[in-house]
Amino acid sequence: MLSLNELWFVLVAVLFIGFFFLEGFDFGVGMSTRFLAKNDMERRVLINSIGPFWDANEVWLLTAGGAMFAAFPNWYATMFSGYYTPLVVLLLALIARGVAFEFRGKVANGKWKGTWDVAIFLGSLLPPFLLGVVFSGLMKGLPIDGDMEMKAGLLDMVNIYTLVGGITVVVLCLVHGLMFASLRTTGSLQERARKLAKKLLIPLAALFVIFAIMTYFQTDVFEVRGLVLGLLAVVGLVCFLLAGMFMSKQRDGWAFGMTGALIALSISSVFVGLFPRVMVSSISETFSLTITNAASGQYSLKVMTIVALTLLPFVLGYQIWSYFVFHKRVHEKEHLEY
Amino acid sequence: MDVLVLARLQFAATTIFHFFFVPLSIGLVLLVAIMETMYVVKGKEEYKRMAKFWGKLFLINFAVGVVTGIIQEFQFGMNWSDYSRFVGDVFGAPLAVEALFAFFMESTFIGLWIFGWDRLSKKVHMVCIWLVALGTTASAFWILAANSFMQRPVGFEINNGRAEMNDFFALIGNGQLWVEFPHTVLGAFATGAFMITGISAYKMLRKQDVQFFKKSFTIAIIVGLTASFATALFGHQQAQYLVKTQPMKMAASEGLWGKSGDPAPWTVYAHIDSDNEKNNFEIKIPYLLSFLSYSSFSGEVKGMHQLQAEYEQAYGPGDYIPPVRTTFWSFRIMIVAGCLMILLGMYGAYLAWRKKLEKPNKFFYRCMLWGISLPFIANTAGWVMTEFGRQPWTVFGYMQTKDSVSPSVTSGQLLFSLIAYCTIYTALAIVMIYLFVKTIKKGPYAENIDDHSSDPYSKEGYHAVS
Ligand code: HDD
Ligand code: HEM
Ligand code: HEM
Repeated sequence: MLSLNELWFVLVAVLFIGFFFLEGFDFGVGMSTRFLAKNDMERRVLINSIGPFWDANEVWLLTAGGAMFAAFPNWYATMFSGYYTPLVVLLLALIARGVAFEFRGKVANGKWKGTWDVAIFLGSLLPPFLLGVVFSGLMKGLPIDGDMEMKAGLLDMVNIYTLVGGITVVVLCLVHGLMFASLRTTGSLQERARKLAKKLLIPLAALFVIFAIMTYFQTDVFEVRGLVLGLLAVVGLVCFLLAGMFMSKQRDGWAFGMTGALIALSISSVFVGLFPRVMVSSISETFSLTITNAASGQYSLKVMTIVALTLLPFVLGYQIWSYFVFHKRVHEKEHLEY
Repeated sequence: MDVLVLARLQFAATTIFHFFFVPLSIGLVLLVAIMETMYVVKGKEEYKRMAKFWGKLFLINFAVGVVTGIIQEFQFGMNWSDYSRFVGDVFGAPLAVEALFAFFMESTFIGLWIFGWDRLSKKVHMVCIWLVALGTTASAFWILAANSFMQRPVGFEINNGRAEMNDFFALIGNGQLWVEFPHTVLGAFATGAFMITGISAYKMLRKQDVQFFKKSFTIAIIVGLTASFATALFGHQQAQYLVKTQPMKMAASEGLWGKSGDPAPWTVYAHIDSDNEKNNFEIKIPYLLSFLSYSSFSGEVKGMHQLQAEYEQAYGPGDYIPPVRTTFWSFRIMIVAGCLMILLGMYGAYLAWRKKLEKPNKFFYRCMLWGISLPFIANTAGWVMTEFGRQPWTVFGYMQTKDSVSPSVTSGQLLFSLIAYCTIYTALAIVMIYLFVKTIKKGPYAENIDDHSSDPYSKEGYHAVS
């Protein structure tokens, strides 16, 4: 049986996987507005394709944060205060992006729209990048002292390894987003989305390989969990090849499923590699935060388990319903809200 | 500059800013839901137009409410990490439940509502907006459960220097929560209502779309009056509760240094001298403080000197007196604003009832327009009183603000974030006011500017515009 601490580690992982799977595609679509859309109308189609979903997708991140706070307060405290500056930038990006969707279409003026388009682009590019940097840092190790305080300098947070991690997440989200766009658009926009996604597969593969090799040398995760990670990598390879195949056959739905699977596998690998730690200390192994020393008491975990397992099915139910309601493709001819 | 000062400044600034939008969202969505329900029940297009017009303002506001909330969620870990370590076990739970129960509901159904006008049946669409309303109110409930724990800690024990939850039901049964939640939410309903009555009054003054705004005014003034009145009633409950649980806050909001005497008078005005711990000049109404505190015309209220001595006995040496002048005046500002809201509400409801709204009553309409600011003033003042009055504690009796701040964050980092947040918030405020004014000027009968793309001869396009 899983202990409650293990269960909550899994739940936090699930919330982050859900977040990257879902918000991953709207980050990708947001980035693609910059270079995929040829005119304002196409940009609007792209934005409207994620219109009903992006806010609910973002809540997965908020819930993951809330779950960390409740189940592993020390993890939440150390990570959020330690990564202070990158998180400020992340928040600024999310703020700009969130209002941009709502405000962009409210005034018919090129400059106005142009400004918000920049906000949408940067707001969709920076968060996956920063989160990639942050998550690679968790595996690589950060200067966490005996009081669980992380006093990291710039180079502890931003180095070649974490930069590669950040870029990998960005490209992964972009490909995933392009597949989503090809599912919800038509005509030449859809064609271009498909094509670009396929073109990006090679760079993505290269990034995966580089990141895996660097992970082998820069972290201890393969020593700790080599077997499971190897298995995940094999499954990942299969998904990758299937994604390429489905893209060639223009089976967009299946291809989207595969890029999503790649995201899920990547994030799972991070959590598998970390387990049972949640943050690796580069000062001393004994200072690492783990699912025991970072966790809340058993009572609190039990209450939260009951609440979470009761509520999650409803949340999943109505979110799936909302995707069902908006399964039709977005047309230029219809009323576009954003 | 001092990290603690900066962290407090940043928390106060971002939270107050968040709470400009929060009550407006909670209030507007309720009214929009009521209007859409009238559309579904009565089938008149006018009500649909109403829901759509006020819904547009709601959405602009909601967007800002959402993005400013994201900072709040992260801020506890970023700036108050020692606080988060100490209370995460208890305090994190309501926050997590808020996200799971309320934020998911809000965000999913708002998407369905915005994009679902043509895709969902009338009734299902109406249910969506009610679920958004339920989500916003539930969100208020859970975050206030967390806040109530800070005001009156219950349902926990101290283990290894951390607060650990041992009774979840005590946490949500907290007496503080059950006065704070109704007071705050009813205040929020009033905020939404006064926004609608104010804008409607302005439009009627300008003689634009008078029928439309007369109806909006009538619906909103009923909600506004009821909610303001109920807010005041719960405020009274809160004051009574306060005397028992945080007597120091009450004494500070009264500027009461020594004993009040029995029966206790209520101080309308005081010239407070915090350095010498006395008031130089006071105007008092006899009996009123006794009534406010105990619902009876007798009873004594403890003063700050006596309480300081008691707190030193209980918690060790230290200064337990919160900023007196801030607490005193914010309390009075809230009450004056509340009373004005009730008066405006009563007169407005009288006019609506007597069907006199169309006869231009310029002075009253101008008052209603300026009255939009009243609930915002009351909300902010109320929080300032609640939070400043709790000082020097973050968790009353257990943890002080100076011990709550993140040890690893430097003042340089904080200065950067403070400036960055303030800059982006200022920009947001300007844009949002601009969009509000623009939407209001265009009025409810303007076509969507961006609909030029819809082709009226294609079937799909036709459905979409209607
Ligand atoms: C009494 C009500 C209330 C209070 C005191 C607060 N909030 Fe809030 N919050 C709401 C009521 C609300 C809301 C009505 O649910 C909002 C405002 C407008 C909106 O869009 O949702 C919201 C939005 C909102 C969001 C975005 C949700 C989304 O993406 O849909 C977050 C993360 C927070 N809040 C977090 C906080 C935190 C951590 C607070 C404590 C300092 C806080 N809020 C105070
Ligand atoms: C939305 C309405 C709220 C407003 C306007 C507000 C306002 C404030 C203000 C002005 C302070 C600073 C007091 C001082 O520095 O002397 C403060 C402190 C604080 N508040 Fe609130 N507050 C609100 C809600 C909440 C809620 C819901 C919580 C918790 C769930 C909360 C948690 C805190 C904490 C942790 C502090 C500590 C920082 C400090 O003492 O400076 N606040 N708040
Ligand atoms: C006119 C009579 C009113 C009275 C007697 C009253 C009383 C109170 C009291 C005693 C508190 C502090 C509670 C505490 O610290 O535990 C409070 C807080 C507050 N008040 Fe009022 N109030 C009144 C009107 C209003 C109105 C009209 C609004 C808004 C529209 C409002 C909004 C708030 C808010 C947002 C808070 C902070 C949250 C809370 O502690 O509930 N109040 N009020």
